[in-house]
Amino acid sequence: MTNKEKKAAPKGKGKPPTKKAAPKRKRKPPTKKIPMPEQDAKKRSHNFDEVALGYTAKQAKAEAAKCIQCRNPKCISGCPVEVDIKGFVLLVAEGKFMEAAAMIKETNSLPAICGRVCPQETQCEATCIYGIRNEPIAIGRLERFVSDYARLHGEPLPELPDKIGKKIAVIGAGPAGLTCAGDLTNMGYDVTIYEAFHKPGGVLIYGIPEFRLPKDVVMAEVEFLEKLGVEIKYNHVIGKIRTISELMEEDGFNSVFIGSGAGAPNFMRIAGMNLINVFSANEFLTRVNLMKAYKFPEYDTPVKVGKRIAIIGGGNVAMDAARTSLRLGAEAMIVYRRAREQLPARLEEVHHAEEEGVDFNFLVNPIEVLGDEKGSVIGMKCIRMELGEPDDSGRRRPVPIEGSEFDLDVDMVIVAIGNSPNPIIPESTPGLKISRWGTIEINEETGMTDVSGVFAGGDIVTGAATVISAMGAGKRAARGIHDFLNK
Amino acid sequence: MYEVLDKKIINEITKMLVVQAPDIARVCKPGQFVMIRINETGERFPLTVADFDRKKGTVTITFQEVGKSTRLLGSLNVGDKIMDFVGPLGKPSPSDKVFGTIVAIGGGCGSAIVYPVARAFKEAGNTLITINGARTMDLLIYREELESISDEFYETTDDGTCGTHGFVTTVLGDLIKQGRKIDLVFAVGPVPMMKFVAKTTEEAKIHTMVSLNSIMVDGTGMCGACRVSVDGQMKFACVDGPEFDGHKVDFDELMARLNAYVDQEAVSNEKWASEHGGAE
Ligand SMILES: Cc1cc2nc3c(=O)[nH]c(=O)nc-3n(C[C@H](O)[C@H](O)[C@H](O)COP(=O)(O)OP(=O)(O)OC[C@H]3O[C@@H](n4cnc5c(N)ncnc54)[C@H](O)[C@@H]3O)c2cc1C
Ligand SMILES: Cc1cc2nc3c(=O)[nH]c(=O)nc-3n(C[C@H](O)[C@H](O)[C@H](O)COP(=O)(O)OP(=O)(O)OC[C@H]3O[C@@H](n4cnc5c(N)ncnc54)[C@H](O)[C@@H]3O)c2cc1C
Ligand code: SF4
Ligand code: SF4
Ligand code: FES
Repeated sequence: MTNKEKKAAPKGKGKPPTKKAAPKRKRKPPTKKIPMPEQDAKKRSHNFDEVALGYTAKQAKAEAAKCIQCRNPKCISGCPVEVDIKGFVLLVAEGKFMEAAAMIKETNSLPAICGRVCPQETQCEATCIYGIRNEPIAIGRLERFVSDYARLHGEPLPELPDKIGKKIAVIGAGPAGLTCAGDLTNMGYDVTIYEAFHKPGGVLIYGIPEFRLPKDVVMAEVEFLEKLGVEIKYNHVIGKIRTISELMEEDGFNSVFIGSGAGAPNFMRIAGMNLINVFSANEFLTRVNLMKAYKFPEYDTPVKVGKRIAIIGGGNVAMDAARTSLRLGAEAMIVYRRAREQLPARLEEVHHAEEEGVDFNFLVNPIEVLGDEKGSVIGMKCIRMELGEPDDSGRRRPVPIEGSEFDLDVDMVIVAIGNSPNPIIPESTPGLKISRWGTIEINEETGMTDVSGVFAGGDIVTGAATVISAMGAGKRAARGIHDFLNK
Repeated sequence: MYEVLDKKIINEITKMLVVQAPDIARVCKPGQFVMIRINETGERFPLTVADFDRKKGTVTITFQEVGKSTRLLGSLNVGDKIMDFVGPLGKPSPSDKVFGTIVAIGGGCGSAIVYPVARAFKEAGNTLITINGARTMDLLIYREELESISDEFYETTDDGTCGTHGFVTTVLGDLIKQGRKIDLVFAVGPVPMMKFVAKTTEEAKIHTMVSLNSIMVDGTGMCGACRVSVDGQMKFACVDGPEFDGHKVDFDELMARLNAYVDQEAVSNEKWASEHGGAE
């Protein structure tokens, strides 16, 4: 009812000027989010510094003041970890930034990250009531502002309960594992994270580039967890150096959480995929981000950079690969088989990519990567697509237009068409139930797998998804583990 | 950090390090490898577990200095520390199985990789024939070690300075011609060598396994850098291998892919040479 009223109201009031002499009670024009200062597009497309610079205190307060403090705020249910948005936004409006940060941290242990990478337009901001008539409150930007503010001003550690005396092993230091570890530590458990790489963060470190998520932001969030008492053991590939059953039976862990992500890159089933200038986005981004290949030869890891690079895909991964290519001096073109409206990437990333000069080819599908006798890429054969009937996902399925083949003039190809779960854990852990996509099946409520005491969450369960959903899964599993151990 | 406990200079270009890594030593198996990052600016690169001592908690690596990373590693001394040492990765060799008569072939530095696998094959009860090959006598490595575990032992050099004048395939071809019953050939060495070994055994339909050394970044299945074509299918050498059926591997593709970074490798190499002397 209230909804209807609201929708009806503006129409009735603002539309037909039947009574000409009516009092001037015009509705204000819809407001926009206060823009966030950014590095100039031309300049930033040549550096790896962060693109968005963040609100000033004044901007944050002004943006927060627009929130109408709804009696029944819809924003909160749009957030997968149910941040008390209404509450923290009010604190921001009042200038109580540290309090706001503490309030967010109650439910979200990595807010500086979420503020930067959550797809807000489909989550919290999508449901914001203020956003019905205006641009929604810039919840992500505010979250980013307060957590950056708190980090710079020295966050106090929360008070921890007494130790319970039970040990939990967490596999993977990605968002799912870090969240699960943080929550369990807050409950009094001793938590050890085993991480395959030499750095924590998972995709946050090796995948998402510096210019979108500075690595010291990630490291600061991880150090905060370490201060709480979480121990991280690097260079430990579980399933190889230790198996899950060894962790439980020999090393004395009472429970295990698997947050090993979906890191195995998919390639297309077309000819030319193994040419030497064809890379998975994972490889390209890992070389550049984790191994710092953009500083070669100061850093030893090299990276190939073509003159004209085609990036296959339309998600965040593709945007990141394209924008990284630009920054390394290449021309970058996205090749996406569906239409612009169907791009799965965050809106802001698409927007930034366009500003920076990434070229978009919609409704185009590669059918062969062309190579020379040395194995180098000399072009990519593509076909144009049109939208047909909706498929399972409800999106209109792209179908090839016969006879529309053409060659794209490129000398390097980056494949960003998705990732699958890494097989190492499933293969080394008898008893786990594995879906036909290679994901681990769990009890949705508890987060527990078919192996008693072993929990899982994040991309390893859902397939490639989002940072915040992985964190939500880590949280749920932490609760599940606590309940399991207190049965 | 992983401490270097012992170091041996095998020849001018081949070095051996014994590294303290008890958790890996406890579980590693022949045929597996480790990923190494020597220092903060280092790249991650793979080396095979050439030996291990479960009691002492050590892992031995033997490597040829071919570029910046392996030279840097070769410059480490006893007491120095390696920043990251990840393993054991890859699928182990089926070296606990009894096949019958096995011909183990090591070429160049591949001999170090063959050694632990061949030893396990022998311990499992197989009859072991070993062929150890190199360009020249000075480059033959693991000679005594390999001889001591073999029922029959052959050596070959390209220049004839030791053993048979020729390639490992010269001896292998002779064994096949003699009609010897061979149940498995296991070969590790430069890609061209493995390719010709596979060619040599193909007609006689002798099952042939090779250990592929594709370029790797993570070594855990997350990047696809190491992908190879086996029987027309894409495989990741780090998780699906590194050992594959030699008759099904696309060696030419592997060779092309190994050359992907020649330009950058040269830059790294020159930088290393100018900083440390001994340019090459
Ligand atoms: C380039 C890129 C950009 C993205 N952009 C966004 C974005 O803007 N917004 C968004 O919401 N989402 C984004 N995503 C998706 C998001 O990053 C993932 O959904 C999220 O990171 C999943 O978290 P996770 O903890 O499940 O796994 P991961 O982040 O993948 O972490 C898994 C960790 O486990 C470790 N591991 C794996 N196997 C083992 C093992 N056997 N033993 C020990 N450790 C192991 C890995 O090394 C890794 O550190 C992006 C993804 C990519 C690749
Ligand atoms: C599973 C596996 C196990 C290996 N085990 C051993 C071992 O036990 N001992 C050993 O000496 N080497 C081994 N290698 C090869 C070793 O990883 C490379 O020699 C090393 O990475 C070269 O690094 P670099 O910086 O010194 O030389 P670069 O300058 O990077 O390369 C120099 C030359 O070596 C070639 N090369 C580069 N990377 C590789 C590679 N991964 N494999 C083969 N050749 C390469 C290049 O084509 C180039 O011509 C193994 C490789 C794999 C994949
Ligand atoms: S965590 Fe993400 S979805 Fe939730 S409020 Fe913050 S930005 Fe929005
Ligand atoms: S729905 Fe929007 S306006 Fe309402 S409380 Fe939440 S953020 Fe504020
Ligand atoms: S080295 Fe990255 S997948 Fe094998």
